[in-house]
Amino acid sequence: MSKPLNIDRLRKEFPILKTKINNNNLVYFDNAATTQKPIKVINALDYYYKNINSNIHRGIHSLAEIATKEFEKTRSIVKKFINAKNEEEIIFTRGTTEGINLVANCYPKKYLKENDEIIISEMEHHSNIVPWQMICKEKKLKLKVIEINKKGELDLNSFKSLITDKTKFVSLVHISNSLGTINPIKKIISICRDNDIKILIDGAQASPHININVQELDCDFYVLSAHKMYGPTGVGVMYGKSKLLNEMPPYMGGGEMIKNVTFNKTTYNDIPYKFEAGTPNIGDVIAFKEAINFINEIGKENIQNYEKDLKNYTLEKLQNIDGLKLVGDAKNRIGVFSFTIENTHYYDLGLLLDAKGIAVRTGHHCTQPIMDKFNIEGTTRMSLAIYNSIEEIDYFIESLKKIINK
Amino acid sequence: MKKINTIQKKIIEEFKILDQDFEMTLNYLMELGDKVPPIKEKYKIEENIIKGCQSQVWLTYKLNNNGFTFSGDSNTEITKGLLSLLIRIYSDCSPKEIIDSNLFFIEEIGLNRFIGTQRSNGLKSMKNKFKIFALSNI
Ligand SMILES: Cc1ncc(COP(=O)(O)O)c(C=O)c1O
Repeated sequence: MSKPLNIDRLRKEFPILKTKINNNNLVYFDNAATTQKPIKVINALDYYYKNINSNIHRGIHSLAEIATKEFEKTRSIVKKFINAKNEEEIIFTRGTTEGINLVANCYPKKYLKENDEIIISEMEHHSNIVPWQMICKEKKLKLKVIEINKKGELDLNSFKSLITDKTKFVSLVHISNSLGTINPIKKIISICRDNDIKILIDGAQASPHININVQELDCDFYVLSAHKMYGPTGVGVMYGKSKLLNEMPPYMGGGEMIKNVTFNKTTYNDIPYKFEAGTPNIGDVIAFKEAINFINEIGKENIQNYEKDLKNYTLEKLQNIDGLKLVGDAKNRIGVFSFTIENTHYYDLGLLLDAKGIAVRTGHHCTQPIMDKFNIEGTTRMSLAIYNSIEEIDYFIESLKKIINK
Repeated sequence: MKKINTIQKKIIEEFKILDQDFEMTLNYLMELGDKVPPIKEKYKIEENIIKGCQSQVWLTYKLNNNGFTFSGDSNTEITKGLLSLLIRIYSDCSPKEIIDSNLFFIEEIGLNRFIGTQRSNGLKSMKNKFKIFALSNI
């Protein structure tokens, strides 16, 4: 079973944490944007290009065979990580954005008709808004939006009241990247099941922090990005139930996704390959496996416990700063904190923190509708990950206070 | 042109004491920004807006025989500080002087090191706005 966490040792696995920024130790609190990579992920990439680089699924030579095996190993590890039923339900993408675009393009083509309705929420990332707007325009579908309350939580009554017999699809974020809110997706999925509605969950923020079990959730699609869970950039996963994936038309055409091509008729490959046209991001997919191993070795339970402590500690400290206003105050949340400070613009604050070596995100965080909802232009956002320490939080709070009191 | 370069050299001299320290530089810029009088709401119109990545800047001018008089404002103090430097450099210049000018103080002070790529988009658009105003009066 899982051992107690040794944060000092764990931090040593991340070479970048030794970096100096403006003569200060780097304090990295922009984890919701992307996480840093442990040495085993970096080494796996290095090893791939030095030793086994070759195109997969195509050659019969030894290298191609080894690379293919390593690539498919990641699929199998992802399957276990999210507890999918079958490996062919795991489609590799470039990231969450591509996963959502894939579903938004292929699902409606097969199953939806004019005037059908799709529901998203006010707290979606732009990548879970724009693809739906595009397909709604193209196929004359209707897009409806679940409201959020003042605390930044989904209003379930608003959701229920939006459902009609034309509602066919819901696409919803698991954890908000701006507010940190953990949505009650189990409840929402069960409402969808009762109303014969299919549902996609955007797990970009959830995947590094909480346990994901797609069979238990019973969602139809689940998408995530490797780079937000200690893995490489340019890799993502789109999980879909195999029945749907089999029936949906392919997304892109090209090599790998076909069985047989003639000018009269082309037949498509089976899933998952039907949705993986062209040479994939082989090296990064292979290295992604090490990121999941990293998470598994610590254990999601340990991660959750430690991150909960960090989160509660930060929350209390932030709440005690005069003039600081948290944007989003959900009961069920992770360590992602958006805030504004009276008389200090987030741009100034972001630069001043950077001068102290602290990396935070400023702006609208690709969630403009949330900013509109709270009547602000943007926020400063600090977001935590497993390698952050109490000492870093203390330093951040001290720095924040100094800047505000100037 | 001479005047533009003289003031740039002066600014470089004034920043020397900060020793290219990022934090001190930012604080100094904020102090400069703090001294800029806010512009009237009626000037905060579309044609006076400079689009930056995260901050909002307004610039307006008067032109007579003695050259330009600029006034500007921003919702962020650091940007306002930067803007005040540009205003200082370009004040009382003719359109031609501004068009022909070459700004070297930013690099000399080391600001480009701190305010790189996406951050400097705002700075670049600010510089351009002065030239656009100059061009439209030639
Ligand atoms: C909730 C959420 N959805 C989607 C995305 C898009 O992810 P990516 O840019 O990796 O495709 C992000 C990333 O910021 C996110 O936080």
